[in-house]
Amino acid sequence: MTEIVWRFDVEGNNFELAGHASQQTKSRLKQIGVNNDIIRKVIIAMYEGEINMVIHANGGVATVTVQPNLITVVLADTGKGIENVELAMKEGYSTATTEIRELGFGAGMGLPNMKKYSDDMAIDTTVGEGTTITMKFKI
Amino acid sequence: MADKFRSIVFDQSRCLGCTHCMRKCPTQAIRVRDGKAYVNYDRCISCGNCVRACPSHAITTRFDTFDILNGYKYKVALMPSVFYAQFPHINEPELVLNSLHNIGFDYVFEVARAADMLSLLKREMFIVGDVKTPVISTVCPACVELILTKYQCLRDNLIDDLPPLLLAAKMARDEVKKLTGLKDKDIGVFYLSPCPAKVRAIKSGSYSQTGDLNGAIAVSEVVKKLNLVDIKDVVIKDEIKASQMGIAWSTSGGEASNLPNIRQLAADGIDNVVSILRELEDGKLSNIDFVELHACPGGCVGGVFNVINTFVAKSKIHSLRRTVLQNKTNTTDKIDKPISYYKIPWKWQTTDLYTLDKKLPVALQKMAEVEKILKKLPRKDCGICGSPTCRALAEDIVQGKATESMCLVNRYFDENNKTD
Repeated sequence: MTEIVWRFDVEGNNFELAGHASQQTKSRLKQIGVNNDIIRKVIIAMYEGEINMVIHANGGVATVTVQPNLITVVLADTGKGIENVELAMKEGYSTATTEIRELGFGAGMGLPNMKKYSDDMAIDTTVGEGTTITMKFKI
Repeated sequence: MADKFRSIVFDQSRCLGCTHCMRKCPTQAIRVRDGKAYVNYDRCISCGNCVRACPSHAITTRFDTFDILNGYKYKVALMPSVFYAQFPHINEPELVLNSLHNIGFDYVFEVARAADMLSLLKREMFIVGDVKTPVISTVCPACVELILTKYQCLRDNLIDDLPPLLLAAKMARDEVKKLTGLKDKDIGVFYLSPCPAKVRAIKSGSYSQTGDLNGAIAVSEVVKKLNLVDIKDVVIKDEIKASQMGIAWSTSGGEASNLPNIRQLAADGIDNVVSILRELEDGKLSNIDFVELHACPGGCVGGVFNVINTFVAKSKIHSLRRTVLQNKTNTTDKIDKPISYYKIPWKWQTTDLYTLDKKLPVALQKMAEVEKILKKLPRKDCGICGSPTCRALAEDIVQGKATESMCLVNRYFDENNKTD
């Protein structure tokens, strides 16, 4: 079965470049002819994940795999990990600093939005070692 | 797709194949093959960026000539506000307006009067509040075309009011019919266009659908013709009816400026428009209520058919608003028709021109091939092959429209390696 894998390095604490991976993914998914509504979901969820890695994890790697019926987005970092996943999944909960919030981020909607917009989401995290989030989107 | 009227045409005898136009094209519609530039007219939105970019004036434009007036008993000129700005030394705009009577027009209708109506309607719309925000202006047909072909998910954000030019045509027709008792077929309505995008829209695009417009003549042609007339001796029959509100639409931000207490954004210049469309598509501008887009830098004053420099024209429009029209903050026209009169009678249709294949699995396969070829290309985006970027060349190769040997950079290294 045909599949394409795109790999993007996400730089930590660089808000200028944040969103680059999801932008690239968007234009390529459009060229493949993925339905606009699905692209929108993928991009919103992926952008949130990308921002999370920029803010909290000193960057990481975003991998997008496209198959004829499935898009898989894996966001992997070696950051500090998530201490309380249940709490992090709550809307409005955020550990972002005041400075980050002043930039317009850290509203506590990252993980909840990722969950909301993906068809399936798995969080694999270990405090002090890092986090890997896998989101699946049906085409 | 029906053949589009080509308002932009390449003169191959003058084309040097330099790739300037190709690099400036916002839709990657241009390729240079065998030393000459070619356009994919499906993708062309007639924005005119290539016309500005061409150093050898090989990109020509098409529009109606004055001969078209002969087919009608009664000739109406739809005059955009930018037309005033073409005569920076004339301080009485009435002279400019009435000068059109001297070159064959029986009636002159200011497009700004329609813009006035639309400004009032839009205020109303935002007060009632039953709209999908951000609402996107349709004042620039090049931007509308771009949305319908490349940013389709924004279609429903396009305002459903008639674009000012179309409303002007409708209002002018009704006014003339009332005044003269003539039938529609005897009345010719012609727009004095500042840009090829509006010519295209009138001749074969969305604007041709209402049947109210009969042609489009470039502003530059009209100015040329007027040079034979001494403008200062023009007899003033008609006064200016439009207000400050409508006149403002010709510069970027002018349409939005008529909407108090609305979170608004105005972008001009096609590259800036593209960056805003990307953000809109991502839902990042959900805090904005109204978005005004102009493909030309500065708004319609920047159209390639204008004879006066964009910034001089902009300054003229501003001074016109502050001096002659300083007390004319509101229009004398009234919204006296049912609301449907001011709305577009169709739904905007989207087309998909950018997918690699109509079938998703095939497109995916092609994308995989594109990525494979791209790995072998130098990634310099030099454009010497005649495709705007290495990725575009890889796509062209996959679509059977180019070959890998067209990459001169790779060929240079291949040959040098052989001799080593």
